[in-house]
Amino acid sequence: MSDFLMPSLGADMERGKLVEWLVKPGSKVRKGDVIAIVETHKGAFEVDIFQEGVIADLCAVEGQEVPVGAVLARLAPSDKAPALGTLRAPANPVAAEKAPEVALAAPPSPEALSASGKPAKVAQKVSPMGPGSRAHAKVTPAARRRAAELGIDPYTLKGTGIDDSVTFADVERASASHVGPEAPAGPTRPGRGFDPLQMRQAIAAAMSRSKREIPHYYLTTTIDMGPSLSWLETFNTERLPDQRLLPATLFLKATALALREVPQLNGFWENGRFRPGSGIHIGWAVSLRGGGLIAPAVHDVDTMTLPELMIALRDLVARARGGGLRSSEMTNPSFTVTSLGERGADCVIGVIYPPQVATLGFGRISVRPWVTGGKVTARPIVVSSLSADHRASDGHAGGLFLAAVDRLLQEPLKL
Amino acid sequence: MSSPVAKPVRMSYREACRQAIRDALTNDPRTFLMGEDVGLYGGCYAVTKGLLDEFGPRRIRDTPLSESAFVGAGIGAAIAGMHPIVEIMTCNFSLLALDQLLNNAASIAHMSGGQFAVPLVIRMATGAGRQLAAQHSHSLEGWYAHIPGLKVLAPGTVEDARHMLRSALADPNPVLIFEHIVLYNVEDELDPAVESVDIGSAKIRRPGRDVSVLAYGNSLPKALAAADTLAKEGIEAEVVDIRVLRPLDNATIFESVTRTRRCIIVDEGWKSGSISAEIAARLSENLFFELDAPIRRICSREVPIPYSRHMEEAALPQTSAIIESARTLIGSR
Repeated sequence: MSDFLMPSLGADMERGKLVEWLVKPGSKVRKGDVIAIVETHKGAFEVDIFQEGVIADLCAVEGQEVPVGAVLARLAPSDKAPALGTLRAPANPVAAEKAPEVALAAPPSPEALSASGKPAKVAQKVSPMGPGSRAHAKVTPAARRRAAELGIDPYTLKGTGIDDSVTFADVERASASHVGPEAPAGPTRPGRGFDPLQMRQAIAAAMSRSKREIPHYYLTTTIDMGPSLSWLETFNTERLPDQRLLPATLFLKATALALREVPQLNGFWENGRFRPGSGIHIGWAVSLRGGGLIAPAVHDVDTMTLPELMIALRDLVARARGGGLRSSEMTNPSFTVTSLGERGADCVIGVIYPPQVATLGFGRISVRPWVTGGKVTARPIVVSSLSADHRASDGHAGGLFLAAVDRLLQEPLKL
Repeated sequence: MSSPVAKPVRMSYREACRQAIRDALTNDPRTFLMGEDVGLYGGCYAVTKGLLDEFGPRRIRDTPLSESAFVGAGIGAAIAGMHPIVEIMTCNFSLLALDQLLNNAASIAHMSGGQFAVPLVIRMATGAGRQLAAQHSHSLEGWYAHIPGLKVLAPGTVEDARHMLRSALADPNPVLIFEHIVLYNVEDELDPAVESVDIGSAKIRRPGRDVSVLAYGNSLPKALAAADTLAKEGIEAEVVDIRVLRPLDNATIFESVTRTRRCIIVDEGWKSGSISAEIAARLSENLFFELDAPIRRICSREVPIPYSRHMEEAALPQTSAIIESARTLIGSR
């Protein structure tokens, strides 16, 4: 028997609201199965489990606020699964800051360690559910029609109908009391819990803590993107639009391989010391359409091919914007990359997301004069900028890292 | 002139059926009654008792035990200008006359290009609840409601039993009337001001705002009893007597369900392929966006209706199931 604990879905998370159980006592679960929906300031997340077994007991009820590290469910070993001890996670809320990697802190087991061992399959990273978790909520046809007429999002309402469905009357009541999506009448529905105000506060807390505690140092390098872009163009011309790669995949892969060379940037600053990340799980900053920012992880980026990475990235961005992120994607990024894309600024000097120890930014790719072999030519260039925690590394390491990123981007064929 | 306000008369459903036949025989010389044991024996459910003495053997005719023969004879008489009433002892036995009903009665007007009308009324007993076992207890009216060219009526009140026959006889096409065996003993007061009922529309028997309970025949009193209980809990069920199974009165049914947004259909037929299935399909085809809960059906268990009392009760739609279903559909509010 082992315990499954409320994961920490971000450094600033102390507790989460259990919105919905997706399993029952007796349900068989496998690694990667989504077992619950948990809502935090950042929205609703699908909590996935990291080991195989049978749910023996649910220790929290829907609607309950559960501190990080408290027991959510008890798991009995299934016939095949090896019996594991408690999935070790912070035993108290304070510990959330120490151990964001709930699952990966588990005792060694082939399952739990797959992150740092063999390459994980892309399929595990791609949600079969697609964006959003609307399927969890039931809204009757009459309620949907009425909600559309009144301009109310029925998925934010508490349902009183059959099977807790949101009914016509629920929508009318919500309308009568001027309750819209901004201030839900009851518990928000899974996948729809995003609240711009709360997210603003969460970002404020994390960024204030970062600037208060982390002695940042900053390095920038300007990189010639000529070789990468021409390779990308050749690669993409032979492919259908949905198989084409974006420069972001090259940035991510180069970053991951550079982190292999400079591992002191990949990990966490906890309890006055550096703890290396157990894999190269890179948080990818996604700006949300309603405002706000989230940086869920792409796991084991260093082991993925570029097409795999593109698929994972697309899926991750869609789910970040539509709801349906997994807890594992929130708990364990060990480094963060920000890419401003085509419409961004030339350069971004990032703020480290604690307890990570570094973040890398890529500005807009733009054509600039570039000197090679004594001649000035027009080249596409990008400014890469590293913000790193001086407690965990020094400028020398940061310099080596940026040089590695530059070198890797000159040889895209090897990525 | 009699008194300006006639007094309500209390009578049984059986008596109402008998008086309807008496009226028809009295008012129209083209009308006669035939069937098994309708004369000397007075009808196996005693509906026609005394009519032989009153109208004589030319107009109250006992027939051999051959449904195909006497239904066929009735169709022939109707084509020839009579307005016969044919009684089939129970709808289970009507299957022996199915060929006459479908291939002749329902089809001749169409196949003759409208040259031959079949103004025939067939009465038959239907339903379970009197421990008559499988061969005398089934509800097959839903099958007949499948057939174009037939009109299918299911009187669920004494008033409809009293007045539907006249409207049916006035119809130029074959009309089947299904009289429920449990209802024969039910008594009610007849409003003397009502002299006819229409056989084209369903009727709201009890208005309500929360859920529409559609029922017919002997399911109607069960639905009304359920509505009484539910009202004490604050749930206002609207009871709609479907009563015309073919052609279904979409307008009344849709109007009710549009208002209540929830629907329970009570049907003593088996659920698969039943009239309740047809109604549920029409509701989802036409009112999908009005619904606030899934449509629920309460039907007979899919078994030959058992003989023993407790098993027969368990096999039939019951008031308690209607109540439970309504509570579930309405949720916690």
